[in-house]
Formats: sequence, C-alpha cells, structure tokens
Amino acid sequence: MKLDRNNILTALSIALFFLFVWWANHHLTSYAVRIWEDTLIFLMLSAGYNLINGVTGQFSLEPNGFVAIGAYVTAILILTPAQKESMFIIEPMVPWLANLHMSFLPALIIGGIVTAIVGFLLGFPVFRVRGDYLAIVTLGFGLTIRVVSNNTITITNGSLGLKGIPTYTNIWWCAVWVVIAMIVIMRIVDSAFGRAMKAIRDDEDAAIAMGINTLWMKQIAFVTAAFFEGVGGGLLASLITIISPTVFTFFLTFELLIIIVVGGLGSMTGTAIATVLVVWGSELLRVVEQPMNIFGLHIPGIPGMRMVVFSILLIVIMIFAREGIMGQKEFSWDWLFNKFKGKRA
Amino acid sequence: MNLTIVLQQLVNGISLGSLYGLVAIGYTMVYGVIRLINFAHGDIMMVGMYFAFTGIAMLFLPWWAAFLLSMLASALVGVIIDRVAYKPLRNASRISALITAIGVSFFLENSFLVIYGGVPKAFPVPSVFGGAINIHGVIFPNIAIITPIVAMIFLMILLFILHKTKYGMAMRALSFDFETVRIMGVNVDLVISMVFAIGSFLAALSGIFWAMRYPAINPLIGIMPGLKAFAAAVLGGIGSVTGAAIGGFIIGISEILVVALFPSLAGYKDAFAFLFLIFVLLFKPTGIMGEDLERGRF
Repeated sequence: MKLDRNNILTALSIALFFLFVWWANHHLTSYAVRIWEDTLIFLMLSAGYNLINGVTGQFSLEPNGFVAIGAYVTAILILTPAQKESMFIIEPMVPWLANLHMSFLPALIIGGIVTAIVGFLLGFPVFRVRGDYLAIVTLGFGLTIRVVSNNTITITNGSLGLKGIPTYTNIWWCAVWVVIAMIVIMRIVDSAFGRAMKAIRDDEDAAIAMGINTLWMKQIAFVTAAFFEGVGGGLLASLITIISPTVFTFFLTFELLIIIVVGGLGSMTGTAIATVLVVWGSELLRVVEQPMNIFGLHIPGIPGMRMVVFSILLIVIMIFAREGIMGQKEFSWDWLFNKFKGKRA
Repeated sequence: MNLTIVLQQLVNGISLGSLYGLVAIGYTMVYGVIRLINFAHGDIMMVGMYFAFTGIAMLFLPWWAAFLLSMLASALVGVIIDRVAYKPLRNASRISALITAIGVSFFLENSFLVIYGGVPKAFPVPSVFGGAINIHGVIFPNIAIITPIVAMIFLMILLFILHKTKYGMAMRALSFDFETVRIMGVNVDLVISMVFAIGSFLAALSGIFWAMRYPAINPLIGIMPGLKAFAAAVLGGIGSVTGAAIGGFIIGISEILVVALFPSLAGYKDAFAFLFLIFVLLFKPTGIMGEDLERGRF
C-alpha cells in the first residue's frame, strides 16, 4: 500500500473513528453504547449483504440463516464444558463438541469460516442456474436452519437454545471487526473482482461474453458476505448471551435489506449512512407500538405496527426512490478535494 | 406397515400435493409472464384463509358463499398488489421487483398480524368437509378425498382457459415473447392482471382447503407451504402449469411418505422441500416439464 495522501487520510479517519469509539465507551449511557454496538454489527452485516445484493446484483435473503450459523458455532466454541454439561438436559451433547473450548477470537473466525463454507455449498447449485433462484433458496435456507437447529438436539440443544454465553462482545470488538470488514469489502469492490461483479450486475450476458467467470465471481461475493455474517452472528451471540432457533428471524434479513436499499444498492458509503439512520430510527419507531396520548386522545399501542411501517417504507422506496441516498456512488477523497477546488470529479 | 396404512398415506399425500400444486400454479404463471418470483404468493394463501374465516365466523355467511367471496377477494388482492407494487417496476431491474415482492410479502404478513393478532384462530370447518368415510375398512377423512377432486376440476378449467380462449392464448404468448405480444396490440396489463387474479384465486382455494385440513390459522401460515409450492413449481419446470401440478403431487406425496416410513425424521419434515429444491437445481434445473428457462411455456 502506497503512503499517498488518500491512504494517510483513510488511516487518519479510522483513527478518528476509534477515538469516537473510545469517547462513546466512556461518556455515553450504557443504553446508547448498546445501540452503537448494534449499529456497528449491523454495518458489518449490511456491508457484506450489499456486496452480494448491490455490487453483484444477485438478490439474496441469506443473512438470518447465516447469522444463526455463526452465532451457534461461536457460542458452542466459547461455552465452557461445564456450562454445556449443565445445559444439555434433554440429551447430552456430542462428546467432541462438548469438550471443545477456546477463546473468543478463534471462535469468531471459525464461526465465519463455517458460515463461508455453508455459503459456498449453497451458492453452488444456485449460481450454476441463474441468480433468480438465489432469493428463494436462501429464504428457504433461513427457514430450514430453524428446523434443523430445533432437531439436532445433541449439537444445538434444540428448542431450549444455548444460555449463559460469555459476554465478550463490547464496542471495541465491534469497532475493530467493522473496520476489518469495511477495508476488505472496499478493497474487493475497488479491485478487478469488484469491477467484474459490477459487470455481472449491469449486464450478465455481456459479462460472460467478456470472459468473466460469473459463477466464480458470484461465489466470491457470496462467500465474503457469508464470512462476515458468520462473524457478526458470533458477536451478536456473545452480546445477547442467549440464542435459540427462533432468535434470528426473517426480520433481521428484512432490516438489513431496508438498510442497503435506503443507502443505495451498491454503495458502501450509503450503507454506512443508512445503517446509522435505520438502527437509530427503528429505536425511535418503538413509539408507534406504545400507547400514546395526542391532545387528550388516547391511542392504544399497536404491537407489530413497526413491521408494517418498515414494509411500506421498503415498497415506497423501491417504487419512487430506487436510487436510495447514494445510488451507486461512493465517497472518495478525490471527490472531496475536487469539490474544494471547485472542480467536478 | 400394511396395505391399509399405505393406501391411507397415499391418499393423504395426494391431497396435500394437490394443495401445493394449486399454489405452485400461481408461482409458475407469474414467473412465466413477468419473470418475477412472487414472494407474496404464499401469503395470498393466508389471506384467503382469513377472508373465509371472517366470512363464516364473523359475518355468518353460508360456507360456500364465504369460500367463493374469499377466493374472489383474494384474486382482487392479487391484482391490486400487481397494479400498485409490481407494475411501476416493469421496466426496472429484476432485483428491484424482487425486493418489492419481498416487501409485499412482509407487508401482508404483518398487517394481518396487526389486524387479527398473532394468536392462532380456529378455522370453522363446515360439516360437509368434516368426518370420514370407511371404504372396506380403510378410513379416509372426507377432506382428503374432496381436495384432489376440487383441485382437478379447477386445473381442468384453467387448462381450458389457457388453451381454448383468447386470453389464455395471450397469456401463453406473453410467456413466450413479451415485447412482440405488446406490439401485436394485446392489452398486456389486462392479461397480466388476469394471471395474478387466476393465481391468487387458486392460492386462496388452496388456503381454504389447507385451513380445513389443519384448522388453526395464523398470519405466518403461508410461508412454509409457499416455499414448498415454489419448490414444486421448480421441480415441475417453472413456466409449466401441468408441471406445477405434477411437482406439487411429488412434493406432497414424498413428504407424507417419508414421514410415514421414517417417523424419526418427522421433525425434519419442513426441510424436505428445501432439499428437493437444491437437488433439482443441481441435477435438472429445467424441471420435469420445463424447457429452456428463457422460453418457458404454460
């Protein structure tokens, strides 16, 4: 990597970001810190999700299933053998897993790798045919992973789930991983791979004619997304400390979909902006589910209304503002400096 | 396992399979015409159930009127969905339409959750469909006998419409070459609306019979059968109506038989359709009746 202006500025802004994390950790309420942790994990998830959906243009609904895999793998690895023995009351855990125990970082990485392998195996039959089926296959996978984790009692403890997962995740873990994810994904987008992926998105037939191996490119995008979703799942598992087959529902996928659509399909800058907007916005939207008094008029809380608002929002954006905030544009230092000089990039 | 049980399970499987087939027809027709996986289609099944439930349990209509009104209203819902959500995106990229479709699906599920609540409702089964008959010592529930017959009747009507009427010809032509049909002066939007109406009508029919088979309904009930029906549509060859029906039978019968033969696998029942889908994509992506995917025909 060259030590030119742009790279130095990027390094400085990463340092500034860590300074913000340090400040937030010390000066914000624990509630706000918790929401920032969610925001950072969601940013990592949605950046990967945007790589397959926005950059490569293959509509996929995998996040909840993949996050669940990462969460289960990481949780099983960081729980102590004693904890597992007391938790598996229906049937004991398979011995080779019950005695496995490791620290958080290798557990997260293994969680990511296992998820990436699953992604590869799932992507293979789908991408061989055409991207259209990816969405329904990944949707089905999300439902199937629930069925499977409910039934493989000797591995996942069935519907009882895993409790008392050690809380290692803090805002620093989230911050470091999100920086790694963003650097890796941005480098992919800026590389020849990224250009090939965009070519597939814009015109698959033309991309094939240019000699791009579309199966391979789609797999790279999908497996990268899967890895970071697995890691994100591990972080979430250690953050919420309890996981069961019903924790990672389709709503998670839907929230990520809203994020990448609001930010602009194919723009990582947009994803970052939209993640902050949507995660904090959905916290504020909790209001609509609580009873309200407006000018003496009592409106009882409507549970589930938030989801209705979200789905209407998604449909309206897709019909009227398909570009989202950023379209397919990215923030770059060159753009900023040209702006200062009064030139259009 | 003796012959009686095998026979019972087979009838059971055929009945379940015809329900999947009815839903699969809607997937396959919509995909054939506008190349869109209509994620909301499984939820139309749920909409049909709740409309029929409302008609019988809240408006006290006779069952046949409630069923008919429910199917017509669901057909209308299908048309409205197409007009409001999909039509503005006809010329947009494929991914935009798919995202909108998943948005519509989520909207239907959650608005019915808000309206009817998440607690499962008991579906009032009319007495005609309750009970069972005894044929030489083999007991069949009435519903398991009636379902495939009704499904067959509607399939025949649909095939008649598709092959013997002007609009059916337009539908088949649309799935073959969209642009040329438009140039020939066919009212494309009207034909697409009819496809959505037919698909949603059949999905609601399937939903009502599903609700009489498993009489506890909730707003998320359409997801699983919707997914299995899609697997059936792909298995049969997407774009082919007969294929969708056959795919439905295969998925339904094998699901019942696998559970009957290997009771220890019963917990994984809902995962079979998914495995089917993966294997079809791996080994025969065009399905049983399908031709080239780009040139699907009914």
